[in-house]
Amino acid sequence: MSALELHDVAIRPCATCAPLFAPLTLRVPAGSVTTIIGASGIGKSTLIDFIGGHLSAGFEAAGRVTLNGRDVTRLPAEARRIGILFQDALLFPHLSVGDNLAFGLARSVHGRARRRAAVEAALDQAGLAGFYERDPATLSGGQRARAALMRTLLAEPLALLLDEPFSKLDPDRRADLRAFVFDHVRDRAVPVLMVSHDAEDAAAAGGPLVALE
Amino acid sequence: MRNTEGRWLRLTVLGLVAAGLVLPILAGLWETGRAAFGYLPAIGAETLSIDPWRRLWSLPGFSTSLSLTLWTGFASTLLALAIATGFCAAVHGRMSAGQSARLLTPFLAAPHAALAIGLAFLIAPSGWIARVLSPWATGWDLPPDLATVRDPCGIALILGLLVKEVPFFLLVMLSALSQVPVRAHLAAGRALGYGRGVVWIKVIAPQVYPLIRLPVFVVLSFALSVVDMAIILGPSNPPTLAVAMTRWFFAADTMLILPASAAALLQTALVAGGILLWLGAERAVTVAGRFWIRRGGRGLSSGPGLVLAGAGAGFLMALGAAALLALLLWSVAWRWPFPDALPESWSLRAWARPAMGWGMALKQTLIIGLATTALSLTLAIAWLEGEDRAGLNRARWAEGLIYLPLLVPQVAFLYGLSVTFLRAGMTGGMVAVIWGQALFVFPYVMIALSDPWRALDRRMVRAAAALGAGPLRRLFAVKLPILLAPVLTAAAIGFAVSVAQYLPTLFLGAGRIATLTTEAVTLSSGSDRRVTGVYAVLQAALPFAAYAAALMLPALLLRHRRGLAGASA
Repeated sequence: MSALELHDVAIRPCATCAPLFAPLTLRVPAGSVTTIIGASGIGKSTLIDFIGGHLSAGFEAAGRVTLNGRDVTRLPAEARRIGILFQDALLFPHLSVGDNLAFGLARSVHGRARRRAAVEAALDQAGLAGFYERDPATLSGGQRARAALMRTLLAEPLALLLDEPFSKLDPDRRADLRAFVFDHVRDRAVPVLMVSHDAEDAAAAGGPLVALE
Repeated sequence: MRNTEGRWLRLTVLGLVAAGLVLPILAGLWETGRAAFGYLPAIGAETLSIDPWRRLWSLPGFSTSLSLTLWTGFASTLLALAIATGFCAAVHGRMSAGQSARLLTPFLAAPHAALAIGLAFLIAPSGWIARVLSPWATGWDLPPDLATVRDPCGIALILGLLVKEVPFFLLVMLSALSQVPVRAHLAAGRALGYGRGVVWIKVIAPQVYPLIRLPVFVVLSFALSVVDMAIILGPSNPPTLAVAMTRWFFAADTMLILPASAAALLQTALVAGGILLWLGAERAVTVAGRFWIRRGGRGLSSGPGLVLAGAGAGFLMALGAAALLALLLWSVAWRWPFPDALPESWSLRAWARPAMGWGMALKQTLIIGLATTALSLTLAIAWLEGEDRAGLNRARWAEGLIYLPLLVPQVAFLYGLSVTFLRAGMTGGMVAVIWGQALFVFPYVMIALSDPWRALDRRMVRAAAALGAGPLRRLFAVKLPILLAPVLTAAAIGFAVSVAQYLPTLFLGAGRIATLTTEAVTLSSGSDRRVTGVYAVLQAALPFAAYAAALMLPALLLRHRRGLAGASA
């Protein structure tokens, strides 16, 4: 039953514009990574925005999004419990690396010591042990991306969206990070939807493939 | 439904702005307008007539005041625009944004009254310049009998306005230039054989002007209706119209309030007419300019004009810096006989007794400044946050609403507003003054904060939402900390504007609230430069302190955050 589902989703950039892509119906099951591929400009990121509840003003969207059977289409982004990994890490520049993770860490973890321990454990998993007090601006691209993934996972999302998360990394780091991300998200047993225009990404994800047109 | 909530916030803010900002201005204009046609029950005038206008026309010096106003207003605005353009062309690309900000900040921060008093200390016949040059260069052993301040032509006033307005134009021009591909267009123009200066005039300036048009109108309106600076530097008999009507409003003969109100309406018409005239001139310049551009003159020789204008800006800044120094010098001088370049003996006596007056004025200024700034900043943040949440861009009319208090001349509605406040039983108090000043502080805070707020990476906010942070947490834990530097800068600007306010304090405080500015202006006509110096130094020091805090606090709090170092304004 655990799945993220799209029902006849269509998005227009404005009320009178043509839709970006043909109405999309899709079931993303838990435990694997479903990949949507399509040329750039076709609206992959816009689709991610719609599912996550971040659609910019002016866009007109039709269709429904359900998560584990619950309709979330009208919920504000923060109430959907859908995590997103963006193209850029988007670590908050005013917080240390550890505090960025603490920002994401679910409220259900109580007590200062326990929250700190959870963050330290996540940093450790990401190969960032001892980075709690570091300024995010001093991290390498790969480190930032791993910290961002940990921040997202600590929020305990019920579904995960990956918006071309590897596109800005150089090829060497890319394979490493891909493996790192996919290992971690498969463990979670939540539906994962990735958009990408990179065939290698899709192959590495190893899940169902959907072409957007 | 995030949009509903955003709409509510927006509606609330709009309601507050309408009731707190627009309504007072309209009420003030309404009361002033009625008084201009003979209806002011408070002084027993209850019949509508055009007598106040006849009276105004027959008041001594009226026509001279009128022409003085037009001359000083237009001359200073045009000159300031030309000089600032020349300076931009001269320094663009040679100065970083940070450097130019540091250069301009002291002049932007210094209140008009303090600068004007310092300038008077500098250029008066017995001023610092004459002292430095005497007797070896001039042969003067006594101050010469020259009208270098309060001259009948208003030259000193124009000079004072220029010292304040050129840096303001530079600020808005530099920010507009960042939106224009200057380097590429300069290269393209020069590759076609045009001189650097000509490319500036024919290519860059036409792209910049539309972006700075509203500030130009604000400056024009201000220059046509300035009071504090005109009292200190402008001709006194007759003075400019705005000064004359302020005198009539406060004259012992209360019947003079009626022609003063007529003059206030006339002042509004002057500003409106001035802006229309300016718009007409814009059209003419556009047509003539197109003709000129089509002729294709390369104008290799037009460089000197820009150099001259650039040098003019340098001269004005030097003058402004010397003026501020002169204030400080006089406040600690004791014996300073005329031709000496520096005081013979020094003393802190003028500073020694805060209880004698400046302590109280400082306290009042601080309270009013902090309250207006806090009020304006809260409203501005609520406004911007409402726009974010509703996902709407600002409408043109809303932008106009922000500029309204800066475009309508202060003298035109403040008397009427004091009448309205009086009727509501709240005149002569702190609340009235704080409200009155906020009318002018809010727009500047809003203008200063809008661009950095919009420049914030929206994806940061989305990332926070995707992590489950609600709207309040997004505002307080993500947006405001990231925007700390611009928020503090906006607060410093607001505080500086509040400290500099003269007319709102005068009219709405009903003479009972004395701030550093009202005291400094009053003292400026007196003879004791030491005491005046103390007030003016304090008046200039407060905004400086605010700017310094706005600069240093983020640097201190965010010293371990490299990602935000470049974000400071």
